[in-house]
Amino acid sequence: MHNTSDTVPLISVEAIHKSFPGVKALVNARFDLRPGEVHALMGENGAGKSTLMKIMTGIYQPDAGEIHISGQKVNLSDPRAAQALGISIIHQELFLMNHLTAAQNIYIGREPRKGFGMFVDEAKMRADTAALFARMKVDLDPDVEVGTLTVARQQLVEIAKALSFNSRILIMDEPTSAINDKEVEHLFAIINDLKAHGVGIIYITHKMDEVKRIADRVTVMRDGQYIDTLPAATTDMSRIISLMVGRELADATRATGQGGDVVLDVKNLNRGRAIRNLSFSLRKGEILGFAGLMGAGRTEVARAIFGADPIDSGEISIHGVTQAIRSPQDAVRLGLAYLSEDRKHYGLVTSMTVGDNVTMSSWPRFTRSRVFMNDARMREAANDYVQKLRIKTPSVDQETRLLSGGNQQKIVISKWLLRDCDILIFDEPTRGIDIGAKAEIYKLLQSLADQGKAIIVISSELPEVLRLSHRILVMCEGRITGELTGRDATQESIMTLATQR
Amino acid sequence: MTDLTLDQAGKTKSALVSTSTLQKGVAFVVLIALLIFFSVFTENFAAWNNVVNIMQATAVNGVLGVAVTFVIISGGIDLAVGTMMTLTAVMAGIILTNLGMPLPLGILGAMASGAVMGAISGTAVAKLKIPPFIATLGMMQIARGLALVFSGTRPIYFNDTPNYGLISPESSLALLIPGLEIPNGVMIMFIVAIIASIILNRTLFGRYIFALGSNEEAARLSGVNVDFWKILTYALSGLICGIAGLIISSRLNSAQPALGLGYELDAIAAVVIGGTSLSGGRGTILGTIIGAFIMSVLTNGLRIMGVQEEWKIVVTGVIIIVAVFVDIMLRRRA
Repeated sequence: MHNTSDTVPLISVEAIHKSFPGVKALVNARFDLRPGEVHALMGENGAGKSTLMKIMTGIYQPDAGEIHISGQKVNLSDPRAAQALGISIIHQELFLMNHLTAAQNIYIGREPRKGFGMFVDEAKMRADTAALFARMKVDLDPDVEVGTLTVARQQLVEIAKALSFNSRILIMDEPTSAINDKEVEHLFAIINDLKAHGVGIIYITHKMDEVKRIADRVTVMRDGQYIDTLPAATTDMSRIISLMVGRELADATRATGQGGDVVLDVKNLNRGRAIRNLSFSLRKGEILGFAGLMGAGRTEVARAIFGADPIDSGEISIHGVTQAIRSPQDAVRLGLAYLSEDRKHYGLVTSMTVGDNVTMSSWPRFTRSRVFMNDARMREAANDYVQKLRIKTPSVDQETRLLSGGNQQKIVISKWLLRDCDILIFDEPTRGIDIGAKAEIYKLLQSLADQGKAIIVISSELPEVLRLSHRILVMCEGRITGELTGRDATQESIMTLATQR
Repeated sequence: MTDLTLDQAGKTKSALVSTSTLQKGVAFVVLIALLIFFSVFTENFAAWNNVVNIMQATAVNGVLGVAVTFVIISGGIDLAVGTMMTLTAVMAGIILTNLGMPLPLGILGAMASGAVMGAISGTAVAKLKIPPFIATLGMMQIARGLALVFSGTRPIYFNDTPNYGLISPESSLALLIPGLEIPNGVMIMFIVAIIASIILNRTLFGRYIFALGSNEEAARLSGVNVDFWKILTYALSGLICGIAGLIISSRLNSAQPALGLGYELDAIAAVVIGGTSLSGGRGTILGTIIGAFIMSVLTNGLRIMGVQEEWKIVVTGVIIIVAVFVDIMLRRRA
């Protein structure tokens, strides 16, 4: 084992600043990794972890700050430079070519050659791959087509690829998010083996139990800033959670007011691994928050209820009547609306006008004898909503893509209000919306609830869920792990439930 | 940046119309330039007779172009328009010549058979989730085979239907305005184009076609019955192919079952030259008609200049690539 205290760090970054238009993604961030250690990096969604990793792998350039590798100041101008310096990343979503073999994937772009460089030296490539697998003590055939492997084994191929670059710095982004417990054990064995060989591993995760088991140190980030670095073994997990959450809730005026009739009742909903036996109900005038980490299955629940994805089993009742919702068309007819987090892909037809988009779900209403569009009436109706929701646009004839995120979100909301939907499911309602517009969207949601709409808010931003929701359901890995109301609902209690395996 | 302001100045009612105004403008300028070029450098090009020839030659490709424009704007493609045209002509031949039924039934039969074939393509695309390229490639062969089978591989003549020539070569307009001998087939093309333009820009159906082509998933999540509108789009395309089938068989006074292959590519070329985006969501009928005229003016003009026929094909190929390149450049800057 290495004596970690007096070795030079494999990599250290200091005073890193990085801004994007309208957002300070990193402010004075720092991080260091010693040889032979697993250093966990934790923080809420949006804390700046990915931005920092992108800087360490040469994808982004920092606005300010220094990067040292083994004590030498370096400039990671692009991903190739980072790779040459021994930095590799294993992404949460794997980047492999499914139809190529393991060996072909590992040596893609730098295949060993023979015959005056005209042919690929398949034998050498295979032998080198076999050697990598042997070093990792995994039983994999270099000739296996990657697409036929399980996610866990594909991940091993990615690790082998990283090792083939002689990487000494390995970044793993939520490596256990898609693999089962047994596979996790295998992965940890490999990680321990890599540690023994002096490889340093940056381990990004949301799972507390894993940090406890595998990490040597933990660094917590929040709002783009470095918060603290602690030894994993001796630090209480609740302390890490409170560091991640940090800020106190400034706005304590939490909306209350429930007691309406149940308008949506979901019983024993199942869809593959994404949704497992999920039940809940939603009342008139209520804002129900869905909290949880990315990939907890919240979006899947929304899409399943809305008929966008088929369900395996489950019962959905609307206004007390059991309904079979087979398509979004059915859902809309029953007064359901889904506002996707990805407005550009799922919410708007951005090349069409504001007026077209506001009225899209209701086009048949704006026709003469259901054939000819009545553009005058359509514009009038759209104008009405532009004023009511204060959508900033030169006119309803403006192409939607030219508007800001907040105004685009208001257009999607208008679309559903115009369609008379009374059950509104908001998926990340303020993603990509700047701070000022956020408050306006919050106010809008509250007034909609006051008017008797039933609202579900899915959000990864804890302050947002806490501020908006009358009641909060926390999900983890497709299940509801708890329900919180009133004083019980805190960022800490949500994070505890959200990381419960 | 100047493009942007130009674009906005040209904006009248809907951005949908204006997004391709620019390239339609480019196509129009190219057409005028070609007309001027050939008028100046050849003697007979501008003669009225030749103008009628050009129009006559544009009619079929123009109508097929309109058919496929709908499908392309909706985000699909229809490779079957050429052979569907042939099959509908054969259907008209069977109804009129073999069965001896009256002319209106023949017209109806041609259009209805086209619509049915289109609806089948559309169903394969919407319900069976077969990519449009594959589904209509299949339909192209099916229609071609059926046309040969139904006709017994021999042309069907319309000698028993003396009025059949009214559809295309004859000119009813000349009866009203002596001297203005525009063939009925050409008039039909213009009427089809006008109605198609109205459908595309003024009706609910047209609005859904644009929405489908721009962002099908967003339309679906807005509660739009995307499958239904998609099938209807292909059916409309087939119906218009039926009209093209009537025009071509009237001009030839026969349904030629071996004809049709290759017409789909000319139609798609006209659409693309006219500024309609192959990725869907953008396009105009007027552009397609201009595109069809560019192609036939080229053919005609080069022939009069004595250029070998085959060179015209080469030039058409170049025009397609240049037209799309200009489109991409304009969009990148806008």
